Amino acid sequence: MSVEVRCWAGLPTAHHERIDWSGSPASLPETAGSLLPRGAGRSYGDVCLNPGGSLIDTRWTDRYVAFDPETGVLRCESGLRLGTLLAHLRPLGWTLPVVPGTRWVTVGGALANDVHGKNHRHAGSFGHHVRAIHLLRSDGSLDRLAPGEDRFTATIGGLGLTGLVTEVALQLRRRSGMWLQEHASHARGLDRVLSELDTASAQHEYAAVWLDMTQPDPERLFGLLLAADPIEGGGDASGFARPARIGVGRLPRLPLVGRLSTRVFNAVYRRLAARHPGSRRVDERSCLFTLDSIGDWNRLYGSSGLRQYQCVLPLGTAPGGMEALCRVLSDSRVTCSLAVLKRFGDQRPAGMLSFPREGFTLAMDFPNDEERLLVLFRRLDAIVLEAGGAVYPAKDAHMSRELFRAAFTRTDEFAAHVDPRFSSGFWRRVGA
Amino acid sequence: MSAQRIAIFGATSAIAEACARQWAGTGARLMLVGRDASRLERIAADLRIRGATEVRCVVRDLSHVNDLQPWMDALWSEWNGLDLCLVAQGTLPDTKRCESDIDYAKSVLELNADACLLLLLALAARFEAQASGQLLALGSVAGDRGRAGNYVYGAAKAALATLMSGLEQRLAPRGVQVLTIKPGWVDTPMTAAFRKGPLWASAEKVARDIVRTSLRGRSGVVYSPAFWRPIAWVVRMLPGWLFRRWRF
Repeated sequence: MSVEVRCWAGLPTAHHERIDWSGSPASLPETAGSLLPRGAGRSYGDVCLNPGGSLIDTRWTDRYVAFDPETGVLRCESGLRLGTLLAHLRPLGWTLPVVPGTRWVTVGGALANDVHGKNHRHAGSFGHHVRAIHLLRSDGSLDRLAPGEDRFTATIGGLGLTGLVTEVALQLRRRSGMWLQEHASHARGLDRVLSELDTASAQHEYAAVWLDMTQPDPERLFGLLLAADPIEGGGDASGFARPARIGVGRLPRLPLVGRLSTRVFNAVYRRLAARHPGSRRVDERSCLFTLDSIGDWNRLYGSSGLRQYQCVLPLGTAPGGMEALCRVLSDSRVTCSLAVLKRFGDQRPAGMLSFPREGFTLAMDFPNDEERLLVLFRRLDAIVLEAGGAVYPAKDAHMSRELFRAAFTRTDEFAAHVDPRFSSGFWRRVGA
Repeated sequence: MSAQRIAIFGATSAIAEACARQWAGTGARLMLVGRDASRLERIAADLRIRGATEVRCVVRDLSHVNDLQPWMDALWSEWNGLDLCLVAQGTLPDTKRCESDIDYAKSVLELNADACLLLLLALAARFEAQASGQLLALGSVAGDRGRAGNYVYGAAKAALATLMSGLEQRLAPRGVQVLTIKPGWVDTPMTAAFRKGPLWASAEKVARDIVRTSLRGRSGVVYSPAFWRPIAWVVRMLPGWLFRRWRF
């Protein structure tokens, strides 16, 4: 059936053939156009779109297959959402070593984008904890792949292009309790923000900085550093599967995040934060999945949606590069509604197209303002390119082929593993 | 209280599986009855991790009504009785094809009507003897009034609703609850070919309604989502001249 499908950032809707994948028979559907697996559709840009082609919707294959309480290896189908998984496995004393900023993504989506969390320095990315996958290809093969095999490495972070991942084996980590001990502090000036984040991310399991990018002057930049460590105690894990108490899914798409509201929000948040530095005990959900507390928050940006720019700059070039990014943003007079800075560790990337690499990663949300944003993003791209960094495909809707090729050096090796019947809007734009 | 013993007939259907997940979360013992052994096993493995105390699979083609009695006797003695049964088997037929292909229509009616009604009668006898328990069956708003687009399916669901209504009256004095659930439009693989609008509900939502109502120990008819009750009432009340013209 032909339907209009949006991505999380709300790019112009695109027509797709949408196919419900039930898991049996284990062969890919016959279609005229190309195929792309789709999980929760939480990717910001066109990595989860395949305009004019087909999407294989994996929401009906969300079953557990087996769990070994001795080793902590969980086998499940790829449509299972992380929040559901946590709700069932946390009471048994196990958790996911890596979670992204939302628990509503699927296991397949987390794997295909090789997502990271606030603990990358200690735990690496999602793909580092995948022990095996079952990959269904258009030639009819259904293979079990394990780390070390080229096609496995291509599929981790492979944006769903190497075939349909039907089943995943994940290494879970022991964890009891629901609390985190959170330490809040603030810093002024880009250099101090970076050095304090560097120290905190080494000392604590989780670390991230909220930046007030409504005033992007690098000397005066305000950063709220939140670092946290797991502690014992705390209640009920079933809340992981519960949707947000506040939901805006049924409200009209009013553009509530604009220039003025963003300034007010940032100013208020900043003052509140500055008033309460120090250490406190928080629920893991509110700390790791902050934005999940508002269901469908992307609708707050109105019908034109939002854009996110997330890049990583290597350690050596990060201070200068970040400063240049701030200056360009300042000149552009574009409003950044939310900005988060994190530190990536030095693990070997889990996949051929994995985004995380050692350095600092900055994610900035903007209300969509197509033309002006595109001008800004092109200028930001030039800085990232010069600094030897990369832009995150999961968030991207504008990256040029040149930048992609420069940032993802294993693209040619990866392309050999792309299933001939699979494609995506993103891949046609930058890779193929 | 010991774990509830629950049997689900047509356990691979999306609504049945969503119900099974909810019951698994309460630690129930589940018996899954269906035709496709490998799909049943996959669902069973999933339900064990979701908290079910025990899951058993029973492979049987439910359109097959021969020797229903001895089969039911064996099933009933597995756990020495059952606390709750959900009859969820069924298929959504192609109405146009039913009109021209009588053999196809026969197979549809055998599965959606004959097999369901006979199974319900066999279960009712068991519950009556046990003098406790809950008998649930999935009807449909399509059974409330036949419409040109979907009346063969609707006829089978109307037959089911009528039988359930009779069972409700018959078993009430024995303390057995009899509940018919009439879902509206539900987004499941069975309805993959339909364009979804705001009236569509998820299988999870319908399952939540089913489990909640069964926990309250209610008998009768429940629409899911609840807004279908007034819609169905209006559809039943439409005068014939309007109903004939307004093809919805």
